[in-house]
Amino acid sequence: MSAPLPPAGGSPDVLVTADDAPGVSLWRAAGSRLRRNPTAIVGAVIVLAFVVVALVAPLLTPYQPGSAEWSGDVTPTSVPGPSDDHLLGLDRFGSDLFTQLVYGARQSLVYGVVATAIGLAFGAALGIVSGGAIAVGGRPGVWIDNVVMRVVDIMLSVPSLLLAVSIAAVLGQNSYAIMIAIGAAQVPIFARLLRGSMLAQGRSDYVLAAEALGIRKRKIVMSHVLPNSIGPTVVQATLNLATAIIEVAALSFLGLGQPDPAVAEWGRMLVAAQDRFEAAPQLALLPGAAIAITALGFTLFGEALREALDPRSRR
Amino acid sequence: MSRARTATRPDEPLLSVRDLSVRFGLRGQESFAAVDEVSFDINPGQHLAIVGESGSGKSVTALAVMGLLPSRGVQVSGEVLYRGTDLLTCDRRAMSRLRGSEIAMVFQDPMTSLNPVVTIGRQVAEVVQRHLKVSRSEAFERGVDLLTRVGIPDAGRRMKEYPHQLSGGMRQRVLIAIGLACEPKLLIADEPTTALDVTIQAQVLEVLKELVADTDAALLMITHDLGVVAGLCDDVRVMYSGRIVESADRDRLFAEPRHPYTGGLLRSIPRLDSPRGQRLTPIPGSPTQTIPWEQGCAFAPRCAHRADQCTDSAPPLEQSEGRALRCFHPLTGAASQQEAP
Repeated sequence: MSAPLPPAGGSPDVLVTADDAPGVSLWRAAGSRLRRNPTAIVGAVIVLAFVVVALVAPLLTPYQPGSAEWSGDVTPTSVPGPSDDHLLGLDRFGSDLFTQLVYGARQSLVYGVVATAIGLAFGAALGIVSGGAIAVGGRPGVWIDNVVMRVVDIMLSVPSLLLAVSIAAVLGQNSYAIMIAIGAAQVPIFARLLRGSMLAQGRSDYVLAAEALGIRKRKIVMSHVLPNSIGPTVVQATLNLATAIIEVAALSFLGLGQPDPAVAEWGRMLVAAQDRFEAAPQLALLPGAAIAITALGFTLFGEALREALDPRSRR
Repeated sequence: MSRARTATRPDEPLLSVRDLSVRFGLRGQESFAAVDEVSFDINPGQHLAIVGESGSGKSVTALAVMGLLPSRGVQVSGEVLYRGTDLLTCDRRAMSRLRGSEIAMVFQDPMTSLNPVVTIGRQVAEVVQRHLKVSRSEAFERGVDLLTRVGIPDAGRRMKEYPHQLSGGMRQRVLIAIGLACEPKLLIADEPTTALDVTIQAQVLEVLKELVADTDAALLMITHDLGVVAGLCDDVRVMYSGRIVESADRDRLFAEPRHPYTGGLLRSIPRLDSPRGQRLTPIPGSPTQTIPWEQGCAFAPRCAHRADQCTDSAPPLEQSEGRALRCFHPLTGAASQQEAP
């Protein structure tokens, strides 16, 4: 600091509010609000459990997924239930049900995260192009926005699962196709959301103030408008993880999922359980519950995150 | 710090606004004149106030000078000459270079005029880096220096904080620091104290006054508060319903208001020497009770001195004795001194 001048104008009015230690960003403040929210904690515990199970799956079970080792024990009318060797019994094809469930978490996590990441990356890129073009303004800006948004509108007019089914059908049956299909279905959601919040932020006072200081429009968009706009998008990504996991299961259920029988997958477990439902309802109920609880976890956490980031619910 | 600055002749005004008019309404549709026939000059170092109620067009005038009005649905005409360059017709790049470095603005609401997710330091340094072409660390140091000058203690630490960690008064100090960061020749302050509580208002005005004096900047103060005018400005333009109705230097305006509206404004502020228990005299009616200037004096519906002539035709702005007045029946010398506080 070079030779500080005497402070002008009277004693300073003092300022630090109880909630905030020095240097607390909005995100960190949202974090501390999350920790006090029971919904967030329940959601986080479920999500965490899911992630841990997915990561350490090989340590939880001595068996391999998709091994039909005990297929001789399965008869058309009965599927062996829990025993000392098999915690939850066998599945329809004679593999260990617990192993299938645990490895299924792995698939769901990878598919869900990658698909949502694809949707977020492309959706956010389109949103930034569109929202940024309007903020920078002028005739070309409006034109670019129009083109991008009409493409997004077209994508949005196709039901997301139908879009995913079509893409999966075109790309063929492999795991990348599934991820791309589900991610693509999310692109319009992210694009619209980010564009919308950028437009809303673009009309705020600090943007006008930055313009009054001669800051370049591009800089305003990237370093002022965008950071203020990503909150809802991050929340949506969390919520979309739930949707993605359900959609992976749905695609598998429709026979468009992971074709390799050696890979455990919750949606395909549901299909296989269909014709044994009366004899062994756990074959359908357990993977169904796994899908539902995991989706619930992401949804609860996402909702809590939305609340924590929403300025209206703040203090 | 080398900056090319166009030379100004001492007698030439820094900013010269000529017949500025701002109309709202899409092209081809009926439009509404928010600002009409507004002309004023600001000389280097001069402090000019534009006074008026909400809706009088004073903020729109400031935004028009800065070129910050939206382009859709707004028609701006007239001239805004800054050192001879018309800001209304110059290109966007040139305007953007001028803003912040030559002409800066302090906004009304410190709660919303700072970006909530960017640290104070980055927001101060940003404008310094933009216009003065210095390194990041130099900009940061200059920021600390600026915050210290506007009376923010422990400025180095405050630079790393976020706007929500500062009080309203502190944030307004930050905005003033940002506004004056590049030592602009003209600072436009749009009701810089309105959003603050009364005790903080005085401190912030004091800061503004000292910094403007330090940097020799000219000041265009937009306010509805004649108390602010008395403490800060040399010259006053009173606006009503989009037009300037009275123009005079501060002392003469306070001592001898000529326009009934100015007189009304002065009577509606409390004074130390008025007797205890005496009620203030408000201006009757509200600014919404107005008639279009084309049909007469917009203030006529609320004016105690109204005559038939006032609702027949619009009074012109007439110059006399270095002041200007838009009124058919001004307060006369004696009456105005008696009526005015």
